[in-house]
Amino acid sequence: MAEAVDLKAIGTRPIRPDGIEKVTGRANFGADLNLPGMLHGKILRSPHAHARIKSIDVSRALALDGVISAVSGKDFPEKSGNDLGVNIIARDKVLYDGHAVAAVAATSAFVAEQALALIDVEYEVLEPVLSIDQALSDNAPLVNENNHTNGDTSKPASNVAAYQIMSRGDVEKGFAEADVIIEGEYRVPTAHQGYIEPHACTAAMNEDGRGTIWCSTQGQFDVRSNTAAVLDKAVSSIRVIPSEIGGGFGGKTTIYLEPVALHMSELTGRPVKMVMSREEVFRATGPTSATLCRAKVGAKKDGTITAATAWLAYEAGAFPGAPIGPGCMSVLAPYDLDNFKIEGNDVLVNKPKVCAYRAPGAPQSMHAMECAIDELARELDMDPIDLRMKNCSDEGTVAPYGPTFPPIGLKACLEATKAHPNYQKAKPENGGRGIAVGFWFNIGMQSSAEVRIAENGGVTIMEGSPDIGGSRASMCLMASETLGIPYEQINAHVGDTEGTGYCNTTGGSRTTFATGMAVIQACEDIIAQCKQRAALTWDLDVDQVDWEDGQAVPKPGVNADVSPLSLADIARSAGRTGGPLLGRASLNAQGAGASFSVNWTDVKVDKETGRIDVKAFTAIQDAGKAIHPAYVEGQMQGGAVQGLGWALNEEYIYNDDGIMENAGFLDYRIPVASDMPMIDTQIVEVPNPSHPYGVRGVGETPIVAPLAATSNAVRDALGFRIYDLPLSPPRVLEAIDEQENA
Amino acid sequence: MAKVHVTTSVNNQPQEFLCEPQESLLNCLRDEINLTGTKEGCATGDCGACSVLVDGRLVCSCLMLGVEAEGKEVTTIEGIAEPDGLHVIQQKFLEHAALQCGICTPGFIVAAKALLDKHKDPDEETIRYWLAGNLCRCTGYDKIIRAVQDAAKELAA
Repeated sequence: MAEAVDLKAIGTRPIRPDGIEKVTGRANFGADLNLPGMLHGKILRSPHAHARIKSIDVSRALALDGVISAVSGKDFPEKSGNDLGVNIIARDKVLYDGHAVAAVAATSAFVAEQALALIDVEYEVLEPVLSIDQALSDNAPLVNENNHTNGDTSKPASNVAAYQIMSRGDVEKGFAEADVIIEGEYRVPTAHQGYIEPHACTAAMNEDGRGTIWCSTQGQFDVRSNTAAVLDKAVSSIRVIPSEIGGGFGGKTTIYLEPVALHMSELTGRPVKMVMSREEVFRATGPTSATLCRAKVGAKKDGTITAATAWLAYEAGAFPGAPIGPGCMSVLAPYDLDNFKIEGNDVLVNKPKVCAYRAPGAPQSMHAMECAIDELARELDMDPIDLRMKNCSDEGTVAPYGPTFPPIGLKACLEATKAHPNYQKAKPENGGRGIAVGFWFNIGMQSSAEVRIAENGGVTIMEGSPDIGGSRASMCLMASETLGIPYEQINAHVGDTEGTGYCNTTGGSRTTFATGMAVIQACEDIIAQCKQRAALTWDLDVDQVDWEDGQAVPKPGVNADVSPLSLADIARSAGRTGGPLLGRASLNAQGAGASFSVNWTDVKVDKETGRIDVKAFTAIQDAGKAIHPAYVEGQMQGGAVQGLGWALNEEYIYNDDGIMENAGFLDYRIPVASDMPMIDTQIVEVPNPSHPYGVRGVGETPIVAPLAATSNAVRDALGFRIYDLPLSPPRVLEAIDEQENA
Repeated sequence: MAKVHVTTSVNNQPQEFLCEPQESLLNCLRDEINLTGTKEGCATGDCGACSVLVDGRLVCSCLMLGVEAEGKEVTTIEGIAEPDGLHVIQQKFLEHAALQCGICTPGFIVAAKALLDKHKDPDEETIRYWLAGNLCRCTGYDKIIRAVQDAAKELAA
């Protein structure tokens, strides 16, 4: 890593390059594209949580004026009958309320909607599996008769799709050495990512078998490969053009509509547009896992933790794939322990297939453990920061999931907390304060970038990571810093699958780290080329030329009577020195730096109504290096409020038949402006040695700590603990009543 | 069913369109006259992404029929900027990084305009309640509130 050099661009807060389009309504999102001759597609969804499909008859729908096509699962290639394909359109069984059963394409969205009511489906309703407890109970119905835990067919079929364990040392011995042991069982409900833009796409298939998809996605390359897989087509026959994306938080890392739209376009020879309603978004996309987590932690009187265990069960929805891996990796990551055991269970239930949601898996498991650590601090009568400081992971700690931590910022965040005026301030009268640590390991993966220089020296970055929260600005800042030219001279674009090199999906907090690294390397490629061009122009060797402040200069001591050549100078004469300047880089980024946070919140509880009022919230997080601090703060603030929403209100509510009862923003209540205080932030910068400017991913970590911080604050205010989330007024009121009557 | 002819004003320009009687104003703006800056987040009046001004009043265009715009003055996000550049609210949203994905931004800016047209010096609580009908999932509202506070200050100066 470049040692803390005098940075000019990085760390400033310029206006994002795509800003004007977004404040004027000109930016094009998923639903904003219309094509000539376009049809509108709609999906018929299952009204049952679990049922066998006995028959589907689309003939009455097809007879309606304006309906051009109607399809069901049997119309899709047999090869696509894997989990992804079956989730997109059901085959022999529907597995959750909202599961896609059939689709129509019509000349208007209104006609398509009417046609859905004319599709006749005969179901044999089956008993649904609706909770982890039920799924794990003896004689539970099976979501999938062919599911065996970890694929082990020597064992009977089960609702547990996968089981994993991580351990070290001897937990029994560790607990035996403990003076205090805390144990608890915690539940976190299903929550939705809640992006404001519903899923939308338009697809057009040409007669030559080449198709184009315009859609809102976090990863155009994954849309391409997944759609190709579901439709049994060659990956390279599909072009995916990402629109601006109206929020994703992990929920737009997969596909739902795209293969259906492209398939109906192929059948009709016309473009097909599909846009989900909000109700469809809730019933059939996203959400993240509801969980049941048991946490146990033991410590000596001086606060030394001697052992900890976590038993985690995550609802996967109807297909395997709950984020138990990250849940297990995260739960004890903040602590340097000799003895631990972490178990994860991926549990099938008749609910929508879960999808990534910001730090997938970590908020739930860490909620349990950070509540347990809070109880431990109370039991030991220790300051919760001091307790964590005594046991915290630091450089050299072997993480529970294997690697040895390089420099990390947990200690720095804990120290910053103790020194923060909000922490030193008294908590509100009759209120409570709760604190928790957050963590996400962050990822690197594959990225490509090109840097193109216009004749006047203007710089265009072309990369493939959809910009979900200001990443174009970060790319331009890193290019500005590397090239030594003004930010305003640079623009960044997100290319489609044929306009830019391969990039993995925007997610896991990888974009500024990995795609940023590709942009930096592509800029370095430009600098190398510029030095060559200057050498050629000056009749010097290339190693006699330096690049300083955006221009080529002879190295000190080189005897040459020449004026510096700026990027614009070199670009203007590029035709005479070898052709246009085009820098490029592709990489598989290693060394994503883990990001830790400390959050605390002050709350008041209205004991009459059970309503919790969030009076203050402070987030401290290690960003490694904040490229654009305003957007780093924005990630911290946005994640905090998502976490607060999950802690306080958000949950999927199902009736006994497994039908979702709150599939809308009125009843699935995400925080609104009047619910929230300002979210105070402090960015800590412990540079990641694996990135040229020290960047760590920042997007995931902010949602992790708020759940436990809120639980711990309510515990502090009430004087007793409520173990389950959300801490919604009915639950809080019930707990208060129980406590008073106990 | 025959389409209905609607004569209205959109962003200070006379505007006519044909629409289905059951079509929302939101869909008329987006699909009949191609003003796609107004967004659909829910179509049930819960998210505010479709906020527009009708005769100066803040409404969710998904809850109003296109035919109800007859004879009214409609202002959409496309009509907020001034002839000589961005509106102060738009500029402040950019300066404060008050948007991340940007899907809710048009609705917030229209709602903030409605607020500042009525209240010249709103306190934080007033701003938060005026904007409580607009959902943002990215920002946690902090920077949006600050952008509106700053815009109010600049408009009053």
